[in-house]
Amino acid sequence: MSANENILSSNWNIFAAIGRVVLAFLAGTGRLAVFAGIAISHIVRPPIYWQLVLHQMLRIGYFSLPVVGLTAFFTGAVLCLQIYIGGNRYGAEAFVPQIVVLGITRELGPVIAGLMMAGRVSAAIAAEIGTMRVTEQIDALTTLATNPFKYLVVPRIVAAVVTLPILVAVADSIGVFGGYIVGTRSLGFNGAVYINNTMNFVTAGDVRSGLIKASVFGFIIALMGCYSGFHSKGGAQGVGAATTQAVVSASILILAANYLMTSFFFSE
Amino acid sequence: MNDTPHIQLKGVKKRFGSKLVLDGVDLTIRRGESVVIIGGSGTGKSVTLKCVLGILRADEGSIHVAGEDVTRASGSKRDAYLRKFGMLFQGGALFDSLSIWENVAFGLIQGRGLPRKQARETAIEKLAMVGLSADIANLSPAELSGGMQKRVGLARAIAANPEILFFDEPTTGLDPIMADVINKLIASTVRDLGVTAVSITHDMVSARRISSRIAMLYKGRIIWDGPTDSIDNSGNPYVDQFIRGSAEGPIRMEVRS
Repeated sequence: MSANENILSSNWNIFAAIGRVVLAFLAGTGRLAVFAGIAISHIVRPPIYWQLVLHQMLRIGYFSLPVVGLTAFFTGAVLCLQIYIGGNRYGAEAFVPQIVVLGITRELGPVIAGLMMAGRVSAAIAAEIGTMRVTEQIDALTTLATNPFKYLVVPRIVAAVVTLPILVAVADSIGVFGGYIVGTRSLGFNGAVYINNTMNFVTAGDVRSGLIKASVFGFIIALMGCYSGFHSKGGAQGVGAATTQAVVSASILILAANYLMTSFFFSE
Repeated sequence: MNDTPHIQLKGVKKRFGSKLVLDGVDLTIRRGESVVIIGGSGTGKSVTLKCVLGILRADEGSIHVAGEDVTRASGSKRDAYLRKFGMLFQGGALFDSLSIWENVAFGLIQGRGLPRKQARETAIEKLAMVGLSADIANLSPAELSGGMQKRVGLARAIAANPEILFFDEPTTGLDPIMADVINKLIASTVRDLGVTAVSITHDMVSARRISSRIAMLYKGRIIWDGPTDSIDNSGNPYVDQFIRGSAEGPIRMEVRS
């Protein structure tokens, strides 16, 4: 009897544990949704501090060019190699340029740039805003009649949403170039033919879908950085946890959003 | 007009999760008074100030500033009443991405849209009021000592000519001499500007220096409230224990062994 009760109660403990996790998840999702809602309501309501937006665009965009360019180059190069090897088995190696440009513009350009920026920008935003939170600088903003959302969150989100597509456009070009280098230098493609095949095949829609994805990724990156920073607690450890949380959650959300957008854009 | 209390809290309650931090705070502060709220760590002193500023929202009760109910003020109404306040934060809370003068002028430029040149002049004026020279105006906060950062924080708090000044642990983390300098500075600033001041501290020396009235917060309630001169004869065992700084008495610290 008592053994039965023990089993029963331990079962309930499992349910209680699952319940707690689910509740915490739902509460977190709700807080994030409210945060995003407030942020968007401030984006559509003037004033917007354009000078801060420009400053953030410089920090997010310009200083990320080297890292995004390098990753795009190697991604294009390795994509070209693998497709050549795979295509070779079916005698389809002539399609390498077309598949490289499709893969880069539709998926890898935006996703690789998005993930690199999640590591670089989300983390930096979370650390900066998190430190401002724990040293009461965000409270100080409020007492100086300055809305922290307008001053901190909106400039970062607007800058990321505008800047990410530009970065991805650069990443697309460099990625295709990486494929071109490998194709012509080690796989024996004719340079003019490679470029010709690439340009004739790719459509404006392929590039456009990648750039729209990039904008959404920019929103996710800045939002998760700001949200995690805003809700960081304690001292140095809390800021560290917020930074980790920003990068991990931004990366997962980027991959999930990427799947949803791909299935939406190319459903027909 | 001047009979209406400058700040009035009635039955303010605030809970974080299951923890009740403020359990019905009643406090009335008249215009021109300098009130110090004393109490141990974690008794809700900071939370009280943050509720008045609307940084935290009170769960129950009401808060009036100059006769106006601000308990649930938001948007432009909140911005308008916050313009009455200046606050000196415990760690200074200076914006480390901005220079000293930009910190002091922040509320003037961002909050009120003053031109930068004019705001800079005002900032240097206010820095002089707290005994800092114009030489440091272009430095960054990290280049200053703790005491100087407190002064810059004070200059920033008074930059926009507030009616009410809040001080959060103004002497914590300073050496005794610098603490005295800051106490004198606060006392003279409050007197010269004719503002209402509310400070929170657990430093009794500082409390006696800067206040005309002292209120003691314990377990989320005001348990004693009276003129500074009478604090030694309060007849309240909690207050006596606190100002003696003794481990013996009715206040039990929650220390796990």
